[in-house]
Amino acid sequence: MDTRVIAEQERAADSLVEPALIRLDHIHKIYQMGDIEIHALRGISLHIDRGEFVAIMGASGSGKSTTMNILGCLDKPTRGHYILDGQDVSQLSKDELADIRNRKIGFVFQGFNLLSRTSALENVELPMLYLGLKPAERMKRATEALEIVGLSERMHNMPNQLSGGQQQRVAIARSLVNHPSIILADEPTGNLDSRTSIEVMDVFQRLNQERGITIALVTHEPDIAQYARRVVIFKDGRIKRDEMVETTRSAREELESLPPMEDDDEEDEE
Amino acid sequence: MNIWGTFKIALRALSRNKMRSSLTMLGIIIGVGAVIAVGGIGQGASAQIQSQIANLGNNMLFVMSGSQTQGGMRGGAGTTPTLTADDADAIERECPAVRAVSPGVRASGQLVYGNQNWAASSGIQGANEKFPDIRAWPVAEGEFFTEGDVRTSARVCVIGKTIKDNLFSGSDAIGQTMRIRNLPFRVIGVLSTKGQNAFGQDQDDTVIVPYTTAQKKMRSITWIDQVMVSAISPSATFTAEKQITDLLRQRHRIAANLDNDFFVRNLTDVAEAADASSKIMTNLLASVAGVSLLVGGIGIMNIMLVSVTERTREIGIRMAIGARSGVIRRQFLIESVTLSAVGGIFGVAVGIGASIIISNTLGWPTLVSPLSIIVAVIFSMLVGILFGYYPARKAASLDPIDALRYE
Repeated sequence: MDTRVIAEQERAADSLVEPALIRLDHIHKIYQMGDIEIHALRGISLHIDRGEFVAIMGASGSGKSTTMNILGCLDKPTRGHYILDGQDVSQLSKDELADIRNRKIGFVFQGFNLLSRTSALENVELPMLYLGLKPAERMKRATEALEIVGLSERMHNMPNQLSGGQQQRVAIARSLVNHPSIILADEPTGNLDSRTSIEVMDVFQRLNQERGITIALVTHEPDIAQYARRVVIFKDGRIKRDEMVETTRSAREELESLPPMEDDDEEDEE
Repeated sequence: MNIWGTFKIALRALSRNKMRSSLTMLGIIIGVGAVIAVGGIGQGASAQIQSQIANLGNNMLFVMSGSQTQGGMRGGAGTTPTLTADDADAIERECPAVRAVSPGVRASGQLVYGNQNWAASSGIQGANEKFPDIRAWPVAEGEFFTEGDVRTSARVCVIGKTIKDNLFSGSDAIGQTMRIRNLPFRVIGVLSTKGQNAFGQDQDDTVIVPYTTAQKKMRSITWIDQVMVSAISPSATFTAEKQITDLLRQRHRIAANLDNDFFVRNLTDVAEAADASSKIMTNLLASVAGVSLLVGGIGIMNIMLVSVTERTREIGIRMAIGARSGVIRRQFLIESVTLSAVGGIFGVAVGIGASIIISNTLGWPTLVSPLSIIVAVIFSMLVGILFGYYPARKAASLDPIDALRYE
């Protein structure tokens, strides 16, 4: 507990002198579909500080996915500025954006998106391959990341030999290895049952609380959003509400209160 | 990300689809195999012709005396005694493109040794001591006659291998005395085996004597039938032909409006024409083989396009986690180059095998040069780059968002 308090105090102190980790300034995104212009985002402004755990919610077509794509440097805003870690990334070239994604952003997707027929370890090594790290360093960091998500026993398994929850944890390990500024998780529990969802949220909460990793989570499930500390709700291309969660759910406590089920090792043998 | 890392990714992708990869390679294997085999046949034929050219002698030309016209009848080359030993000396002395010269006097007649007799099918040839050099035809046993033998019209002879076999039954002929047209000659050498010429005539069935001996003791003439000329280099044969023509026209005092009273035959010329026609044939066959290589390349392009579509999601993942589009392009390009290069290497093996089978079953000479192997492998890699570029560019130009959403 002490270390957590100290970490939070440090973060609070940092935020006084440091600018926000993420600053979206009047972001507009307009898609041209033939003759019709679709206004996906109508002037979004959003700040996310270092160490935050933000849930982004909204109906489909509300602009949350577009925002996520822009936050992830997969897409560029039509107008407005996106300052990531002090750098304006709104109008960078394709290659520069690829480098930003590699170094500053970790992705976790709904469909896991692991490379098939490639071991968990090699999947986790992939971002470091593109960063240009030496094999020994890659191996060391990938092993560490898999330990953090509790999968060191399974590092040589192929994705099809792992359960959904395990696959998602490999994906989380992959998003960690380059020490990104932020982890973007797009419906990470969408393909998982409720217990596995809580397990995955537990991993995110531990990363956020114990390691101070900034996380932005897109979800349409209100109860999943309650694991975050702040919820931003989108509607019709605008931010409708942006508020702190009154009582953040603790995945750890919920897991402890659940009856002990089959553990991960058995799941994949079903 | 370095090339080696990309190469490992490419190799793994290829090994996941072994059947497909090997079928795609088959196109290149057949193409390269065909190029190597056809090239081997062509080069074998060319080498055979080249060796026949070498067999003719060192860059050789013949000067023959001209045709005789008697009462309107023209007798053909060599029927008029216009060439002399002095002409031969003059050619050697005054034509810079000429390296060596020997007068030639032909004779025929029965050869007798002991109770054996024989008529040489390639005749009795009179020459000087430079004959072995000009004809590129060294003696195998004993020695050739000398300048002194020529000057003194000595009754010595050098015999071909066929004569040795038939007249001497293969026993040692050196130092023996045989009779040519009833005159005794001492055998001082046996020529090395030359084999048949391009027209099937046995060149070893011959006797060489000093030309002076042939002139005086066999023919009783003062002229010579021909001059054997060796030019300084293969390319100099044409220059030599011109210089000899000019010199002889001048020596024979032929007016500008009259025809030559001699003929210059450039044998290299004839052989090179044969060589050129064999090369045309080879090029023709090689281009047909090249077409099959092209078809193999199209096969690679087809499969790479399928592969890019199938792996759209993988490309999306790689791009999302930070692969630049150049890295994606390189990955797919290396896959196609690996396919074509490995196919090329197997193709070389198939081509060498095919040319060995062809030379064993059909008896055609084949020659697969290291250069043609290197060229074939490099060319197949170029095919991989050429036909892999478009699919690789397509992969690299995918939008990561769309690619990630692709089902």
